[in-house]
Amino acid sequence: MDKFSFDVAHMLAGSLVLVSFVQLYQDRIYALLNVFALHAFVLALSVAWQAYVHDAPHLYVTALIALGFKAVVIPVVLHRIVQRLGIHREIETVVGIGPTMLAGMGLVALSMVVMLRATPEADPLAREDLAFALSVVLLGLLLMVTRRNAVSQVVGFMSLENGLMLAAAGAKGMPLVVEISVAFSILIAFIVIGIFLFRIRERFDTVDVRALDRFRGERG
Amino acid sequence: MPLTIALLCVPALLGTSLLALVVRRSPQGYRAVYGISLAVSLLGLFAALSQLLAGAEPSHTVLPLGLPWLGAHLRIDALAAWFLLIANLGGAAASLFALGYGAHEPAPQRVLPFYPAFLAGMTLVVLADDAFTFLLSWECMSLASWALVMAHHRERDNRHAGYVYLVMASFGTLTLLLAFGLLAGAQGGYAFETIRAAPPAPLFASLVLILALLGAGSKAGLVPLHVWLPLAHPAAPSHVSALMSGVMTKVAIYGFVRIVFDLAGAPAWWWSMLVLALAGVTTVMGVLYALMQSDLKRLLAYSTVENVGIVYLGLGLALAFKAQGMAWAAALAMTAALLHGLNHCVFKSLLFFGAGAVLHAAGERDMERLGGLIHRMPQTAFAFLVGCVAISALPPLNGFVSEWLTFQAVLLSPELQSWGLKLLVPGAGALLALSAALAAACFVRAFGVTFLGRARSPAAERAHETDRFSRAAMFACAAICLVVGILPGLFIDALAPAVAQLVGDRMPVQTVAGWQTIVPIVEGRSSYNGLLVFVFMTAAASLTAYAIHRVASDRVRRGPAWDCGFPDPSPATQYSATSFAQPIRRVFGTVVFRARERVEMPPPGSPAPARLSVSLQDLVWDGLYAPVAAGVGRAADRLNHLQFLTIRRYLSLVFVALVALLLVLAIWP
Repeated sequence: MDKFSFDVAHMLAGSLVLVSFVQLYQDRIYALLNVFALHAFVLALSVAWQAYVHDAPHLYVTALIALGFKAVVIPVVLHRIVQRLGIHREIETVVGIGPTMLAGMGLVALSMVVMLRATPEADPLAREDLAFALSVVLLGLLLMVTRRNAVSQVVGFMSLENGLMLAAAGAKGMPLVVEISVAFSILIAFIVIGIFLFRIRERFDTVDVRALDRFRGERG
Repeated sequence: MPLTIALLCVPALLGTSLLALVVRRSPQGYRAVYGISLAVSLLGLFAALSQLLAGAEPSHTVLPLGLPWLGAHLRIDALAAWFLLIANLGGAAASLFALGYGAHEPAPQRVLPFYPAFLAGMTLVVLADDAFTFLLSWECMSLASWALVMAHHRERDNRHAGYVYLVMASFGTLTLLLAFGLLAGAQGGYAFETIRAAPPAPLFASLVLILALLGAGSKAGLVPLHVWLPLAHPAAPSHVSALMSGVMTKVAIYGFVRIVFDLAGAPAWWWSMLVLALAGVTTVMGVLYALMQSDLKRLLAYSTVENVGIVYLGLGLALAFKAQGMAWAAALAMTAALLHGLNHCVFKSLLFFGAGAVLHAAGERDMERLGGLIHRMPQTAFAFLVGCVAISALPPLNGFVSEWLTFQAVLLSPELQSWGLKLLVPGAGALLALSAALAAACFVRAFGVTFLGRARSPAAERAHETDRFSRAAMFACAAICLVVGILPGLFIDALAPAVAQLVGDRMPVQTVAGWQTIVPIVEGRSSYNGLLVFVFMTAAASLTAYAIHRVASDRVRRGPAWDCGFPDPSPATQYSATSFAQPIRRVFGTVVFRARERVEMPPPGSPAPARLSVSLQDLVWDGLYAPVAAGVGRAADRLNHLQFLTIRRYLSLVFVALVALLLVLAIWP
């Protein structure tokens, strides 16, 4: 593989991590949804570049799925959900933005150390890819943990899945069936979570998960 | 061929379990279930005997069951055949007994489906030739017996017994699982053949010994792992108690022998010291516990602990001799241990049958409320007496033969090289002698208080003789006790291939000595002839009886009943079970059980009665199990609030755990 294509792949995966950080920074829901769309777009680009570099046409399908569902359909639907729920003004982080960003940096460093040490003899592109993918997964988890609003937890979950897609695209042997099933499972999860959001809202007049905790009679 | 027959028994028994599900509520259903179980057990007995007596080569087969890459390896060799003999003999006797006894079962639907499954599990453990099949059938055996223990689950004590049993059985299986993991090594060769071909490194082999001692020992009832046994064995219906005590403990011993002597490679010098120390403690503690009980079935269960100790003593000696290269001596010790396994199976089954008959006839297990049953149930009393004589190791019955052989092996200890063993083995021998004497006292007490004297309760006065199937089972066991006692040479010779396979040598051929004399080593050293002893004792006793009746007086005389110390006609003035045990409790119990006696005298002038109360403390439970139970309880209390976290905190826990694991991975050198 020539140096140029390697650098481009590196740049795209790196920008995915960067967009993850941007997600962490958002405290408005619309902004978060827009950044998530960008996240999925960068993922689609990255997967498409992998397809081009490795000359693996089935990866284009994956990229298309990512672009279609995650960059367009899901953000649009989430937008409409937020509108219908009327929660677009909510500011709902648990920990301050600063500590969250610091923790995110720590996580990226950790995943670099782990991945680079664990895979010394692997293909350099796959290696870098895996390290970035692990960072994205961890940042997605961090997003889920630091938000109170159910919608932003859904976004955290989706960006975590994006990290998995990146890892899957990097590992060359991944068959199309697995990718499609991953995409499908995300879709299902999205539907289920969407339905749940409305159910929660019907019961409690809010999608702040603290209401669930209050309902269960526990400390928040 | 024997393997095929034995293997056919397993589906037959499992099918009987299914049949039991159908007929469980019909009043005569128990006859079908126990009848088929009896027939299948006899078939298994035939398979075991044909393998043993023909001295056939081990046969082996692999069935496409279980793990797909492993299959179910099954094998019958001399050792497996010997334990198959024990299992099916005990199974046949218990089934025959249950043909009569099963009629009195209040909840047959909770006993019938599990009983054949229990038999099938035990048969399959003995035949298993890979770790997976072994552990699977071991667990089947444990679970089926647990279900049988819980048959009368409405009683609080039984639920407690079932709980303790389940915990201890899980612990035992866990250690066995680890032991097999170590034996299989990094390659994961779980077939016994593979393990035998590549025995583990010495360090791992030692770990395997300790794990096997814990795992099989907890099932067999080695002190201090015995706590579940005296709770669970009496809780089951009596024929199942007989199976658990007589057969399941032997299957556990089989597991220990198979792992330690067959799979773990050459023994290290200190292995035997561990086994001997535990075995010595087990024999004495078991019989002391038994002496303190007034519940007849619990007494028998504790006596099982003692007998398991005797078997393990033989196994420990065999390990010692094998490690020192004295294969001929190891053969003697191993023969004694395996023979005692068979003997204990027979007489303990007999005694539990007797206890079951008494329980049904008088509705009572507490000896303090029995007594005088010899008048009401003479045949049961006679069979029970034979069992008591056998378990007390009195000639000419079978208990004497195996204990005598064990002592012969103990007496070889001066020829050992290691000084530690030279000192330890006589010590263990002294403990064995002490326990033999105490066991005799224990069973004089058990028989005397239960069957002699006068009835201590109205129920005992109204007792009646048990049914003919139960009596047949008891007399069959009594006959086997006598046959093994007077013709031990046959059995020792039948055992020889199993012993040779385990320790590399065998005892001298016994049947050539003539007159059924058994010679452990050489004739000049020691020999025993059960047949002669039997003939002599029978002749002497008959002559004495004849002489007394002839010479003293042949007329029936009527006079006042022996009233020395018996002036009061109330049965409460008799020796009770507790008072019979008092001297022994004072001598040993003060140390071993912290026994304390307290006398409360009423103040002068008060009409209140004086009271004597005795308190016993189970140091093993208080010192070992109570702290563990309390620790688990405290930890569970602390962890309880984890049940009530918010969704976000659960996510955080997952997140923190993931990051922590990644950190470990990053920092790990």
